[in-house]
Amino acid sequence: MFGLGKKDMALFWLVTVLALLAPFLLNPFPEGSELAQFNAGYPDLMQRFVIFGIFAIGFNILFGLTGYLSFGHAAFLGVGSYAAMWMMKLMTMNVIPGIFLSVIVAGLFAVFVGFISLRRTGIYFSILTLAFAQMSYSLAYSVLTPLTGGETGLQPKMADPRILDGALAPGATPQANLFGIDMGASYQMEVGKWLFTFNAGYYLAAILMLVSFYISIRIFRSPFGMMLRAVKSNKHRMNYTGLNTRPYTLAAFVISAMYAGLAGGLMVAMDTQVGPERMFWTASGEVVLMTILGGAGTLIGPVLGAGLIKYMENIISKINDNILHGWFAFMPDGLEDAIVFLIHPFIGKGWHLTLGIVFMLVVVFLPGGLVEGGQRIAALFKRKKKAGGAEPNAKPNQPAE
Amino acid sequence: MDAIVLQILNGLDKGSAYALIALGLTLIFGTLGVVNFAHGALFMLGSFCAVTLQRIFTLSYIVVDETKKDFLGNPLQVKVPYIEGWFGPEMGQSIINWSVPLAILFAIPVMIVVGYVMERGLIKHFYKRPHADQILVTFGLAIVLQEVIKYFFGANPIPTPAPSAFAGSYDFGALLGFAEGSIIYPYWRLVYFVFSLAIISAVFAFLQFTTFGMVVRAGMADRETVGLLGINIDKRFTIMFAIAACVAGTAGVMYAPINAPNYHMGMDFLVLSFVVVVVGGMGSLPGAVFAGFLLGILESFASMSQVIDFLPGINQIIIYLVAIIILLTRPRGLMGRKGVMEE
Repeated sequence: MFGLGKKDMALFWLVTVLALLAPFLLNPFPEGSELAQFNAGYPDLMQRFVIFGIFAIGFNILFGLTGYLSFGHAAFLGVGSYAAMWMMKLMTMNVIPGIFLSVIVAGLFAVFVGFISLRRTGIYFSILTLAFAQMSYSLAYSVLTPLTGGETGLQPKMADPRILDGALAPGATPQANLFGIDMGASYQMEVGKWLFTFNAGYYLAAILMLVSFYISIRIFRSPFGMMLRAVKSNKHRMNYTGLNTRPYTLAAFVISAMYAGLAGGLMVAMDTQVGPERMFWTASGEVVLMTILGGAGTLIGPVLGAGLIKYMENIISKINDNILHGWFAFMPDGLEDAIVFLIHPFIGKGWHLTLGIVFMLVVVFLPGGLVEGGQRIAALFKRKKKAGGAEPNAKPNQPAE
Repeated sequence: MDAIVLQILNGLDKGSAYALIALGLTLIFGTLGVVNFAHGALFMLGSFCAVTLQRIFTLSYIVVDETKKDFLGNPLQVKVPYIEGWFGPEMGQSIINWSVPLAILFAIPVMIVVGYVMERGLIKHFYKRPHADQILVTFGLAIVLQEVIKYFFGANPIPTPAPSAFAGSYDFGALLGFAEGSIIYPYWRLVYFVFSLAIISAVFAFLQFTTFGMVVRAGMADRETVGLLGINIDKRFTIMFAIAACVAGTAGVMYAPINAPNYHMGMDFLVLSFVVVVVGGMGSLPGAVFAGFLLGILESFASMSQVIDFLPGINQIIIYLVAIIILLTRPRGLMGRKGVMEE
C-alpha cells in the first residue's frame, strides 16, 4: 500500500497508531497519583515530541544516508521559524501559509549553504556548516535586529498589519489557528481517574510528522536513497564510475533542511514566539544527539531518540530530592539518604549530565543507537528459542544503513 | 596609526588563547588522528583549577577579635585564612594574591592526570572508528565535564583576580611616541601574551630538539614505520595527549583573570578554536599558532567602530567568514600538509 513494502507498511502503521493515540499512551498513570509526574501526555510536551521528531527525521536523511555530519542544522530551524513568524505578522494567523513559507525559505537558504559547504567532506564539512549556523545566530542577535527582533525575538503584536485576516475583535489577542481552529484548543476527556487531553496543535503536528515519516521511508527505499548510501560508503568510487555526486548530496542537504524548516514553522505555530537562541550551535548538537541516540541511518531511530531526549528533559528535570525520598522511604534512613545523595547530581538541573553520560555510553557500546540495542535483545531471544539449533545469529542485523 | 597598534595589541590576548587551544588540538590530531571536541572542556578545567586553588588558599577559620566591636557591640568575628595562620599575615596575603600564577603549578599535574586518564580510558578505543564517532564521543565527554563543573561550582562566572602587581594598565602611547593615554593596555594581557609565547616555544623546542620530540614527529609522519622499528609509539602519543591537555589547562589558568571562569567557556572557545585549526591547516602546528593570532587580530580590527559603521555586524562573523573563504580557496588551510584528512 502507498508504495511501501510489507515491513515498512507495518512500521508506518505502528508509528501512525502511536502518534494518533499518544494522548492515551503517554498518560498511563491516573491523575493525582504519585506516578502522575511521569505522564507525558500534556500538549506542550507531545508537540515537542513530534516537532523534534520531524527535525531528527530530516537530519537523518542527510547524516544517516550520506554520512555528512552537519553541525549547523539549527540554523535552518531558526530561519524557518522566523519566516513563519513574519507570515503571521504580515499576512494571516492561519498556520498553513506560514508553514509553507518556512519550508521554502529554509530550503532556499540550504541551497546556498549546501552549495558552499558540500565542496568539502568530513570534518571540514562539519566546521563549514557550524560556521554558517554561528554566523546566522550572531547576525540574528545583532545586525538583523529589525528583521529578527534581536535578543527579545519576535511575537505577533496587536498592531501588525495581517492583511488577510479581518480586524481583531476588541480585546482579543492574535492566536495561531488553522481555518479558525485555535492551535491551543484542547478537548479534555475524563475516564475514571484518568484525564486525557486532545490538542488541536498536536494533531496538526502529528499528521505532518506522519507525512514526513512517509516521505522519509520513500526516500530511503528509492534509487535516490541508494545513491546517497553509495556516496556514504565510497564517494570516490562513485566519481570513478562517471557520476557527479554533488547534486545528490545537495538534494539530500536541501531536503533535510526543509524538514528542519518545517519543524521551525511548526514550533512557531504551536507557540507563537521565536528568538535567536533557537539557532545556537547547542541546538544543532541536540539534533545530532537525538539521531545518534535513536540510531542513525534507521527509519524509526531518530523519532525514538527525539522522544527519549525530550521526555528525559521534561521528566528527569522535574524530579527533586523530596520525590526521591518518597521512593526510597522503605529503606533504613541512612541508606535512603546515601542513595538520594548519590542520585542527586543526575536529576533536576543535572539532567544534562545524565544526557551526556547516556550519550557517551551509547556511542561507545551501541554505535547503532537504541535500534541496534533493540535488535540485539531481539536476537538474544531468538537464539534462546532456537536453543542451539541452527547457526546462532551472533551478529545482530545491521541497521539499514 | 595609534588605533591600529591598539587593535593589534587587543587582538593578541584573544589570539594567544586561540593559538594555545588550537595548538593542543593540532597536537592531538596530528599524533593520534583524533578530533577532540572535549578540548575546550580541558581549557575550562584549567580555568577552574585557578578557581579551586584560590578557594583552597582562602579556606578560613574564625577568630574572635576582642579589641573591635561590630555594630551590635559583640566582639568582632574575623575570618582568617589558614594560610595566613601558617605563614604569617603578610606572606599569606601575598600567596593568596598570587594564586592564579601559582595555580599553574597546581594545574600541570591535574591536567596531565586528566589527559592520561582520558586517553587511556576513552580515546584509545576510538582510533579505528570514523571521525564522526570521535567527534560524537568527545562531544558527549565535553557535556559531562561541563555539567560536573556546573554541579560543583554553579552556573555563574567566578571572578578570579590577577595578582595586584599586574592590576593596572600600561600606557603604550607614551612609549611608542603617540599621544599619552592613546594606547592603554592592561598588564595582565601583556603577561598572557608573553606566557603564551613561552608555552608555544616550549612545545616547539620540545618537539624539535629532544629525542622524544623527534620520535613523536617521526610518528606523526609515519606511524607504522616507527612502530616497526620497535618503538612503542602509542605510549609516546599518550604522553603527547597529556601534554596537549596541559597546554590547554595552563592556557585556561592564565585566562581566568581576563574572563571570569564559567562552565560553558570551554564550548565558546572550542567552536572558534576548531575554526582556527581548519584555517591554519589540519595537522600543521605552525599553521595553528599563526591562524590563532591572525584571527584574534582580525577579530579585534573588525570591532573597531569605523569598520562597524561601514559593515555592521562584521565583528560577529569575521572569523567564520574568513574560515569559509579560506576553505573554499585553499582547501588545506593556510599551512596544511598534503594527505592529512583527505579521504
